[in-house]
Amino acid sequence: MSVISPETEQSLASAVARAHAAREPLAIEGRGTKRAMLRPTLQPWGPAARTLSTRNLTGITLYRPTELMIRARAGTPIPEIEAALAEHGQQIVAEPPDLRVLFGAEEPSTLGGVVSTNLSGPRRIMWGAMRDHVLGISAVTGEGEIFRSGGRVLKNVTGLDLCKLLSGAHGTLGIITEIALKVLPAGEATGTLALRVPDVTAGVAALSAGLGSPYGVSGAALVLEEGGITAFLRLEDFSESVTYRLGRLREDLAAHGEQSLVEDPRALWRSIRDAVPLRAAPEEAVWRLSVAPSHAAGVVASLRAAFPAKLLLDWGGGLIWVAGPATVQAHGAVMQAATAAAGTFTLFRAPPELAAAVPVLPEEALPLAAIGRRVKAVLDPAGVLNPGRLRA
Amino acid sequence: MIALPAPKPEILARRDAILADLARLLPADSVIGETLRLRPYETDGLAAYRQIPLAVVLPRTTAEVAAVLRYCHANGIRVVPRGAGTSLSGGALPLADAVVIGLMRMNTIREINYEDRYAIVGAGVTNIGITKAVEGDGFFYAPDPSSQLACMIGGNVMMNSGGAHCLKYGVTANNLLGVTFVTIEGEVIEIGGTHLDAAGYDWLGLITGSEGQLGLVTEVTVRILRGPEGARAMLAAFSSVEIAGAAVDAIIGSGIIPVALEFMDRPCIHACEAFAHAGYPLDAEAMLIIEVEGSVAEQDMLLDRIRGICAKFDPISMKVAESAEQSAAIWKGRKGAFGAVGRISPDYLCMDGTIPTGELPHVLKRISEMSAQYGLGVANVFHAGDGNLHPLIMFDANDPDSFRRAEAFGADILKLCVEVGGCLTGEHGVGVEKRDLMTTQFTRAELTLQRAIKSAFDPEWLLNTAKVFPLDDNPKIAA
Ligand SMILES: Cc1cc2nc3c(=O)[nH]c(=O)nc-3n(C[C@H](O)[C@H](O)[C@H](O)COP(=O)(O)OP(=O)(O)OC[C@H]3O[C@@H](n4cnc5c(N)ncnc54)[C@H](O)[C@@H]3O)c2cc1C
Ligand SMILES: Cc1cc2nc3c(=O)[nH]c(=O)nc-3n(C[C@H](O)[C@H](O)[C@H](O)COP(=O)(O)OP(=O)(O)OC[C@H]3O[C@@H](n4cnc5c(N)ncnc54)[C@H](O)[C@@H]3O)c2cc1C
Repeated sequence: MSVISPETEQSLASAVARAHAAREPLAIEGRGTKRAMLRPTLQPWGPAARTLSTRNLTGITLYRPTELMIRARAGTPIPEIEAALAEHGQQIVAEPPDLRVLFGAEEPSTLGGVVSTNLSGPRRIMWGAMRDHVLGISAVTGEGEIFRSGGRVLKNVTGLDLCKLLSGAHGTLGIITEIALKVLPAGEATGTLALRVPDVTAGVAALSAGLGSPYGVSGAALVLEEGGITAFLRLEDFSESVTYRLGRLREDLAAHGEQSLVEDPRALWRSIRDAVPLRAAPEEAVWRLSVAPSHAAGVVASLRAAFPAKLLLDWGGGLIWVAGPATVQAHGAVMQAATAAAGTFTLFRAPPELAAAVPVLPEEALPLAAIGRRVKAVLDPAGVLNPGRLRA
Repeated sequence: MIALPAPKPEILARRDAILADLARLLPADSVIGETLRLRPYETDGLAAYRQIPLAVVLPRTTAEVAAVLRYCHANGIRVVPRGAGTSLSGGALPLADAVVIGLMRMNTIREINYEDRYAIVGAGVTNIGITKAVEGDGFFYAPDPSSQLACMIGGNVMMNSGGAHCLKYGVTANNLLGVTFVTIEGEVIEIGGTHLDAAGYDWLGLITGSEGQLGLVTEVTVRILRGPEGARAMLAAFSSVEIAGAAVDAIIGSGIIPVALEFMDRPCIHACEAFAHAGYPLDAEAMLIIEVEGSVAEQDMLLDRIRGICAKFDPISMKVAESAEQSAAIWKGRKGAFGAVGRISPDYLCMDGTIPTGELPHVLKRISEMSAQYGLGVANVFHAGDGNLHPLIMFDANDPDSFRRAEAFGADILKLCVEVGGCLTGEHGVGVEKRDLMTTQFTRAELTLQRAIKSAFDPEWLLNTAKVFPLDDNPKIAA
């Protein structure tokens, strides 16, 4: 398995053009070590397949703190971007998880990888997903053509929004080479209220009450442990505001359970962001479900009836992390629960045999799938980009 | 004037038969064919362009929309979707051989869910209608275009509309969960739902802001948010545009994100003051309206900080609202800005480019030079925090030369926006108005790619033909 790691957008484009001409599939990756993701690519091609990595396409190319915008090449590691932003008191709004622990990966995520998977953390509930803050991209099609969409300004509706189309496409519609992101000031202070709740229904009700309050809750998660269930509600703002709002939240949520304040809220939210409380064992599969929060309790009950599910709920109960046996049966239960709740699922981490045997994402309605095939044919006519990654 | 494609003669010739077919497909009273009753649909917010359509249909259900689309698709008839027709870029402008599908009768709110914080509404529900339905319970729908009394959520989705408060709350795209989407073949597809974020391709993101090019939206699931405890505005007036721009940078650099940060130049201040009597400072060259949210004590804290920052820029005057009424008075002038300019000039064109905010002084200086050069007045009002400009070019529609100069002036402003690193349109869309300028922002290859994606949805180019993409070099449309 050979790896191509171009150092410029132009040479990356040429490499893709050659692959296109030769009908040779490419596995696209950021900093590698993560080939287990979703469905394994390239199965039909076996070892002939090559990997195209953005690891040498790095660096921040423009950062304008007062314009709330940072632009960087796709292979730039997330920690490098976070460090540059922190110098100006700013942050990546969507709080993308660092999944090194979950995936046993050594290297940090890249900006391109996080955008291509539209990965967002706890702050998503209030401030939007990773894709919501992508202002512009430069990318390369499956034919090796460079194109841009969006730009570097905060508001832009000129032409079709291909930034959103490529965000979350897992490298199947183009290779992103550079990204402009909207950034925002980090809250001066962080405070977190913890509530002991009797069950998932009560926990989600507490989170909903907090999110339905006027205090700007920017994190709402439910941690399920042996010892009991705790609901966490986060506030991020100027310190006067955090103090005041925590007080109001405590009054408003008095009926929802025994309260305490979290001592190191930033550490807590980092661990929730990275799904650490899920405590997924190495051999277990990991799923992510997204549902309307009021369906969470039903999903949890049906999963528990099917297998010994480990759980972590974020986004007010709408994001359900699940760990459990890496079996077709368990996967079937997850699919069924997501469908019954009118939500969606991703088989997030699994041994390749399982990922290859089941749908890792919900099937699309037939007319939409047909449009999807036509769009794929426009952007990658020879099907060289990550073949088979999303669907068989 | 921007050219529209030649109507298909075979469609015009079959007009009566088409009207009869449509009448059979839909309940009584849903099809309009008489010229007099078609007249109200001949234009939108870009009133310089007018065209009576072949027919107008006013469906009440998704199934009716699907039936009309299926019929039009089978018969090669062009379709122009329409909400309230407030588009400022001519997005809803009819074509002579097109059936306009007006969504205004799909105006019911199907579900409001406070626990999960969403509402499912028909495409014809007005923007303000959503907030009105939930504000009694303390909630609101965040994107608030100035046209919110009239414009409809379907139009908002298709234009990805913004508003004065989008610096904090985002634009339409950031506040959607799902849509009911009808393809040109009449297939009904549910996209998204009541949960966050799709697994797989972000079709919702692609459809949002697609200006009716990909399909119709009949129902929309929006996020609703709990409103803040309160909000209050202040005014700060400065002796030059440059200084006001520097104050904006300093506010944002301080870590405060005001919920709104609006900018007006001298001509706009004067027009708005004459209209709203809001107490705007007439001796200022530039004025900011800054709004913050929270409890009264939090508002005081933030307004104090902002006042302290502005004080470093030698303000001519500052006025902090003491009450909700005073805030409303400050906003009244801004919200009525377009109407106010309409009172001092018979007609105006509203431009909508976005620039990096650091380029503000340079761009405003160039706009005032162009104003002198074209001999047309211009008033500037815009969302300063995000650099989305709204120069209002004043002209007289009865004087063809004045209109021609106004269009050329507008095009020059937009080209300037692109040149300094910005874009042609921040929220009003490309429509017909900016269609032929697309080549200044995109390469031919990029436009070809976007057109190919449209073709993946609409292979025969029946949907809102002649908008967004330049006609030349487009094999799908005979000019
Ligand atoms: C559904 C899902 C499954 C995941 N599975 C795994 C996993 O099995 N193992 C693991 O370690 N992490 C996995 N992650 C986590 C995630 O990939 C990483 O945390 C991080 O976001 C990306 O790291 P990276 O930059 O090294 O990109 P990679 O892990 O190399 O790539 C992430 C995805 O994005 C694509 N991609 C990367 N860069 C670009 C680019 N510039 N342009 C276009 N596409 C690009 C890749 O083809 C891949 O599909 C998964 C995430 C999601 C959402
Ligand atoms: C005074 C004034 C102030 C304004 N202020 C703002 C502002 O602050 N911010 C802002 O962003 N805009 C503003 N606008 C522009 C305009 O109001 C918005 O673009 C609005 O979203 C249009 O909604 P509408 O219902 O009027 O849609 P229309 O004008 O009827 O249509 C807009 C476009 O969407 C398509 N369309 C409409 N409905 C559908 C549907 N259901 N399915 C598919 N396609 C559809 C149409 O074909 C057209 O291309 C303003 C306009 C005016 C006149």
